[in-house]
Amino acid sequence: MKQSIKYISVILGLIMAGYGFADELNMPVGVTEISRQVYGLHMTIFWVCVVIGAMVFGVMFWSIISHRRSLGYKAASFHESTTLELAWTIIPTILLVIMAVPATQVLIAMYDTGGEDMTVEVRGYQWKWQYKYLDDDYNQTFSFFSTLSTPKDQIENRSVKGEHYLLEVDNHLRIPANRKVRFLITSEDVIHSWWVPDFAIKRDAVPGMLNELWTIVPETGFYRGQCTELCGKDHGFMPVVVEVMEEAAFDTWYAQEVVAAAVREEAMSKTFTSEELMAEGKQVYTTFCASCHLENGQGIPPAFPSLVGTEMMTGPRDEHLRLVFDGVPGSAMQAFGKQLDAVQLASVVHYERHSWGNKAGDITQPRDVINLNSGQ
Amino acid sequence: MSEAISAVDHDDHSHGPAKGLTRWLFTTNHKDIGTLYLWFSFLMLLIGGVLALVVRAELFQPGLQFVSPDFFNQMTTNHGLIMVFGAIMPAFVGLANWLIPMQVGAPDMALPRMNNLSFWILPFAFAMLISTLFSEAGGPNFGWTFYAPLSTTYAPDSVTFFILAVHMMGASSIMGSINIIATILNMRAPGMTLMKMPMFVWTWLITAYLLLAVMPVLAGLVTMMLFDIHFGTSFFNAAGGGDPVLFQHIFWFFGHPEVYIMILPAFGIVSHIIPAFARKRLFGYDSMVYAVASIAFLSFIVWAHHMFTVGMPLAGQLFFMYTTMLIAVPTGVKVFNWVSTMWRGSMTFETPMLFSIAFVVLFTIGGFSGLMLAITPADYQYHDTYFVVAHFHYVLVPGALFSIMAAVYFWFPKWTGKMYSERLGKLHFWFSFVGVNITFFPQHFSGLAGMPRRIPDYALQFADFNMVSSIGAFIFGFSQILFLFVLIHGIRNGKPAAARAWEGARGLEWTLPSPAPYHSFTHPPKVTDDEAHA
Repeated sequence: MKQSIKYISVILGLIMAGYGFADELNMPVGVTEISRQVYGLHMTIFWVCVVIGAMVFGVMFWSIISHRRSLGYKAASFHESTTLELAWTIIPTILLVIMAVPATQVLIAMYDTGGEDMTVEVRGYQWKWQYKYLDDDYNQTFSFFSTLSTPKDQIENRSVKGEHYLLEVDNHLRIPANRKVRFLITSEDVIHSWWVPDFAIKRDAVPGMLNELWTIVPETGFYRGQCTELCGKDHGFMPVVVEVMEEAAFDTWYAQEVVAAAVREEAMSKTFTSEELMAEGKQVYTTFCASCHLENGQGIPPAFPSLVGTEMMTGPRDEHLRLVFDGVPGSAMQAFGKQLDAVQLASVVHYERHSWGNKAGDITQPRDVINLNSGQ
Repeated sequence: MSEAISAVDHDDHSHGPAKGLTRWLFTTNHKDIGTLYLWFSFLMLLIGGVLALVVRAELFQPGLQFVSPDFFNQMTTNHGLIMVFGAIMPAFVGLANWLIPMQVGAPDMALPRMNNLSFWILPFAFAMLISTLFSEAGGPNFGWTFYAPLSTTYAPDSVTFFILAVHMMGASSIMGSINIIATILNMRAPGMTLMKMPMFVWTWLITAYLLLAVMPVLAGLVTMMLFDIHFGTSFFNAAGGGDPVLFQHIFWFFGHPEVYIMILPAFGIVSHIIPAFARKRLFGYDSMVYAVASIAFLSFIVWAHHMFTVGMPLAGQLFFMYTTMLIAVPTGVKVFNWVSTMWRGSMTFETPMLFSIAFVVLFTIGGFSGLMLAITPADYQYHDTYFVVAHFHYVLVPGALFSIMAAVYFWFPKWTGKMYSERLGKLHFWFSFVGVNITFFPQHFSGLAGMPRRIPDYALQFADFNMVSSIGAFIFGFSQILFLFVLIHGIRNGKPAAARAWEGARGLEWTLPSPAPYHSFTHPPKVTDDEAHA
């Protein structure tokens, strides 16, 4: 008896200790109304399980401690009880019904995607996210890609890992505080999943499907998540970073981006020098190409071919451009015509044709990209 | 006891096993085939385990240390496939082969030649699957759930070998389950009515029907993949008017019953072992049978709870949430019945009992996290994180795998006629028990803290949990070499075992001598009230 009390107090102590550490070990409470409700559901069902577990395991361990043959305990002969069977069928069923009520309420609230203040389309690619800001008629105002910015050196253990190792990107998504933002989630290739734990929103990005999510975030700050559906080689390297901004600051930033997009549109007709193209091309290559073909162009054959000294790199320029533009159907080589604008396409092709010892000796301008398509 | 032996003794002069390798190649004997299945599954357990240790070694610290991300994906994928289709399922079929004829009082399985075929398909299927790991473009790398279009348009060429291997495993399972159903329904000794069947026989009967129902679904699924990849169809290709989500519906319509295929026989096993060592009859036999049947029925109407984040209508989400929560009721009934069986028993704690008690406790913990995962809004936070990894490893490792180990220790004397070393068996149990918890318990925390599954590298806040988990995995992995040693030591040096090797064991198999004769019951035994299970 005394021993049992000791056991029970040890178990209780462990539970309390667990509760003390709860902040580090538990689901984040998050910053939205929904995330707090989800956390509440999580803790409720957790404690229901703890109580049932304590009862069942309590009876079991009591029995293990006291009903042993080594203590001379003689076995009883009972082996059925309809009353008990009914009780432990009906009582859990009632508990579950009680649990289902708040779960249903939260789920209904999560599905209420209407009445939004703004809409952002989130598009998954192997292995990056594209964010498109849409106007009231769902036309794109501007868009950008968001790619992991953690240096390779850190991943390959050649330098010290930073604070936000693997949870940092070059361009992050920005949304205003206190406004209802609706997200339309889809994918360009395989299935991805877009998740921000602090908002308690996660939805699969499925090619050919448009999924909906919404959030209202009252607190400004940076929020980080990751892709949560296996999407190939770099599934672990496509984080989600969202900055929630003061409403006024967001509006200023938004207006600037709309202007910048227009300026970019004008650049399509400009003629660039080789140096300008190389500089822009290197940046585009690093973001879009290097995860498969590597920084040194060697690739990972046979899945990801080398770009060093191949016929494609020094042969007819338009074929090279066409390959990058259309991709290779049925392979990991994507149709970058959908992802990059004419300046980016021209510069990355120029860069590939004049790097790692490749010497095509020509120049590729944005208008070549535009002509390539109007020519057809 | 001696009466029971003499009752079958006079038939013992009939032919025994053939000599040499042909004994194993051409055997139609349920015990030989059971042995083949069990050793094969043990080999697969070791291979699948090595792949898991590659994964855990890479995850020991943040950063990429040993393998490339693509090879990492091949490791997780093949670990899952080998453990599910190569280790757990064949081990249960092996146990069914050994035990069902003895437990229903039959001489052998109903369809012995098909029995041979269903085993001998497996080594070829797995040789083909594993060989892809050595090919230039690498083996399957799209997860054991192989979601399209990652497994179709974007898959390595080896996917075709994978598809053929799955077809062969499916054919093997279907033949195995037909054989089990035919044996149970046609070859029971007179007097063994359905509601007097041992629990292991009951759970396998229901499992066999589940297999028959869903393995063809899996076969259809991989055939559709084959057509998408090679013959230009677009079942799962959105660009051609297909639907990647259709893949998941079909997969989980197979996949959810599949997870019960891997746990129902385990329920049967512990329902034999707990009463034996509590020296008390199984509490609530009837309700145990009904609970298994209810779980089997429910397994067909909960599949989309694996897909809560895929984007379903609200009504669909609610339906699958409610049905999933309902599974807790029959599962709870089983746990309550096991505890009531122990209550006021006269318990001893030999190795099989230790594994069975660990099964009840740890499987229940896996069940609790399953109940949490059923709550759809909370599932959005858990989905595809390490919380899910912790959940299904708790039900499959200290669940299914522990029950198999418990069964091996429990029936070892009946199979070999020898007793294993109890001291070594207990040592194996404690290493496994500690190892399994160190491995999988911290994964609950890394999952809740936000670590996605199937990633080769992770953010720094997950580092501590991963290190602990990796240490546990190596403890657990290497303690299975001890398991092998205990078995070989027992076979070679074990003391002779009595016919009823455990004083509390009941059932027809214990009326046979140890080791059991080559052809179990050549004359139907009398099913006494003492050996029947109700």
